[in-house]
Amino acid sequence: MSTRTDQPDTTAGKTSPEKGASPMKSALSLLWIIGIAAVVAVPFVAPSLKLLFTFAMAKGLGVLGVTVLLRAGQVSFGHALYFGIAAYAGAFLMTAMPSTDFLIVLLAGVAGATLASIFVGLFVVRYRGIFFGMLNLAFSMIFWSILEKFYHYTGGADGIRLERPTVFGSALNFNDFGMILYYVLVALMVGLGWYTMRWFNSPVGNLFQTIKTNETRLEYLGVSPKRALLSGYVLSAALCGVGGVMMGMAQGVVTPEYVWWVRSAEMVFIAVLGGAGSVQGAFLGALIYEAVRTYASVYAGDVWQMILGGFLLIIILFAPGGLIGILESLFKRKSDKKGGGK
Amino acid sequence: MNLAIFLLALFDGVAYAALVFIVALGLTLIFGVMRILNVAHGSLYAIGAYATVSLTGYVLALGFAPVLAFPLMIVSAVLVGIAIGGPLEYFLLRRIYDKSEVLQLLVTFAVFMILEDVQRLVWGTQPYFDSSALQVLGNVSVFGVTYTAYQLILLPLIAVVLLLGMRFFLRRTVTGKLITATTEDREAAQSIGIDADKVFLFTFVIGAVLAGLGGALASPTTSILPGMGADMIVLSFAVVATAGLGQIEGAALTALMIGLGRSFAVYLYPEISVLVPYLIMVLVLLVRPEGLFGSPAARKI
Amino acid sequence: MTDALLETRDLVIKFGGVTAADHVSLKIHAGRNLAIIGPNGAGKTTFLNICTGWLKPSQGQVLFEGRDITPLPPRKIVDRGVARAFQIPQLFTEHTALENLLIAVSARDKRRNTVMDMTQIPERAEMLHLLDMVGCADVADTVVVELSEGQRKLIDIAIALALKPKLLLMDEPTSGVASSEKHSIMKILIGALKEAEVTSVFVEHDMGIVENYADEVAVWNNGNMQLRGTPAEILEHPDVIRDVIGEVA
Repeated sequence: MSTRTDQPDTTAGKTSPEKGASPMKSALSLLWIIGIAAVVAVPFVAPSLKLLFTFAMAKGLGVLGVTVLLRAGQVSFGHALYFGIAAYAGAFLMTAMPSTDFLIVLLAGVAGATLASIFVGLFVVRYRGIFFGMLNLAFSMIFWSILEKFYHYTGGADGIRLERPTVFGSALNFNDFGMILYYVLVALMVGLGWYTMRWFNSPVGNLFQTIKTNETRLEYLGVSPKRALLSGYVLSAALCGVGGVMMGMAQGVVTPEYVWWVRSAEMVFIAVLGGAGSVQGAFLGALIYEAVRTYASVYAGDVWQMILGGFLLIIILFAPGGLIGILESLFKRKSDKKGGGK
Repeated sequence: MNLAIFLLALFDGVAYAALVFIVALGLTLIFGVMRILNVAHGSLYAIGAYATVSLTGYVLALGFAPVLAFPLMIVSAVLVGIAIGGPLEYFLLRRIYDKSEVLQLLVTFAVFMILEDVQRLVWGTQPYFDSSALQVLGNVSVFGVTYTAYQLILLPLIAVVLLLGMRFFLRRTVTGKLITATTEDREAAQSIGIDADKVFLFTFVIGAVLAGLGGALASPTTSILPGMGADMIVLSFAVVATAGLGQIEGAALTALMIGLGRSFAVYLYPEISVLVPYLIMVLVLLVRPEGLFGSPAARKI
Repeated sequence: MTDALLETRDLVIKFGGVTAADHVSLKIHAGRNLAIIGPNGAGKTTFLNICTGWLKPSQGQVLFEGRDITPLPPRKIVDRGVARAFQIPQLFTEHTALENLLIAVSARDKRRNTVMDMTQIPERAEMLHLLDMVGCADVADTVVVELSEGQRKLIDIAIALALKPKLLLMDEPTSGVASSEKHSIMKILIGALKEAEVTSVFVEHDMGIVENYADEVAVWNNGNMQLRGTPAEILEHPDVIRDVIGEVA
């Protein structure tokens, strides 16, 4: 059993509730199972929320990618790049070969994002902190300009359509395809979320997280810090890619907006809101974010970024554990009846 | 490429480089002293431009001479520095100096997001344009190429004066030496009675004024639109990173390189002109990870 | 004469006007414990930094098992079997003591697993034993930032030992350790090194430790080795008493 204390550091992220089996942890696990069950039930119980949840899960996968990097104490202001590359890869594939199977589209998107991340990653893993964050931003803006300028290939600002792919050989109507996407997303969220948690606790994942605390020692263990960071960078990009290509299929059109820096900022925002470094927080944050945006943007469209920025400041300064941190401290108070908690 | 086009590209590049340098100078000064990359620097640039256009429009509408556009630029820049930069440092950044680099980056990014919407609320999304200052100074002719005196002479002149002034200020004046001392060792500086809080506030305001001044000077030459702040922060970061963070003279050279690269691309390969600054940055950093003039910091173990 | 495990030839490095390594040539033979003593600023840590690839000499070579390792980065030198413990412990501050060792052993074995829980790897028992050996078994599950300076030092050495090196370089292994514990720790440490046939070099200021646990002593001053001999010879030497022991006392 671990006796670590959760230190209030937004970029920290040792708030993982997956270790050990204290009453608090099992209560929280129960909560997550109920949560997943609720998500599974949404299309039947509240069909009007189906699309909201679809977008939230796709975006949540992208946020999960940003979350991975936060675990190494790094922040990328350009991860929408991989969200966008995957979506465009899917769209190009559908344009070139209509009625491709959706699994192939999904794989093509992830492959595109992964390849791009190896290419960009080999460069950006030489940097940390400010440079890492800003160079990622620069790469996303380069790609954004390419999408806008080379409109013969990319459709410019209007983007390109991502036609509905077939599912195991059969062409589905709008509603059936939506249902397929929805449950594939649920499976991806649970599967990749589970995998990411395992990854954090695995030897490779632990080596990656030491980037945050001591690269000198890492080097003196015979490990290249760049390689260790690259492993997580590629994972983070692949996760963003899954989210991006799923979002593309859900919306049926991909535009340069996917890569726009505001989208990257949004992902960072949601990751910090959910609880920096927390897998569950990524999805919880994405859901709350999408819900608030859907209903509030009607009234607050002009000041939306301002609200996000304000919230970001408040979380960083006053609630660095994010939503997950708040949730955990609530459960802690209930389960620590002996009053040992601080 | 004939001589006329060559000269045009050259003049465009120099004028552009001068503007980028002024903004990058503020960014690199703040970083050099406070170790903070102020992402909101781009917003201060945009607000400087908006403020100038609004002020100039208002004053000229009252019937004053267009030459007043010049002092109004300075007024706008100082306003940006004092009314926005000051409170930003005093109420926000001061609380996070002991936090991690990434956290500081997140905070200034949040401020950037807020200020982007502030611009939209105050000035809307319609482009603004006011070239009074440009017209006051008229044109000059060089080898048959006519160019505005404002861009060809005034902007580079101001950039050079600021570069030399900043060097003189940091090395020769008491305040400048206090700043350099604080940069090198904050605790030691405090122990000999330097008020580091004041130094930081002062530095940040100066940096913010430079961002505002960049915007003010850019305003007669370009349409002022939402999003210009985002472009400028990434561009000035590219300049500062290519030069090496905290390198003032290096930033001037890099700005020139990037400005010329971009303007020649506009005439030769217009599609990629936007990308040129980033390509230069990536190429330089591939060969020299710490920038052209930066030196690698070896950690003591 | 047997070949040296580690050999340096004519190492030179300068920082500004200071020559921190001034034509250092020496051989370290397998199975021995060499203590390096000398005043502050003599270039002892610089020597360790060059041998492990952290600093590159402007001139000279470092050979390990007869092969030139001068151009290699530290991680490649670690792979060859040279481990390092630091004057200021270099730990993973957000991980527990046990996890620090598990990370080290995962790195040693080049584990590529991305699904298995690191705390369940087969070497767990081995690492717990190692923690026990350095007297830190009771804090195995404590995050290392909460440990005392002395405990962090010991964890730092344990990490280096976890790599099963052929050569272990230690920078003041007992500084920060309570003086009542210094001797017992060194006894265990040197015993473990002998048992595992690990050669060691340690920088040390405590002459009691040097006298009792070193097979050989090298005296450093002005960026180079001035004297070398058995502890008895060296500690009696008038120059050493004047320049080194005098200063420490």
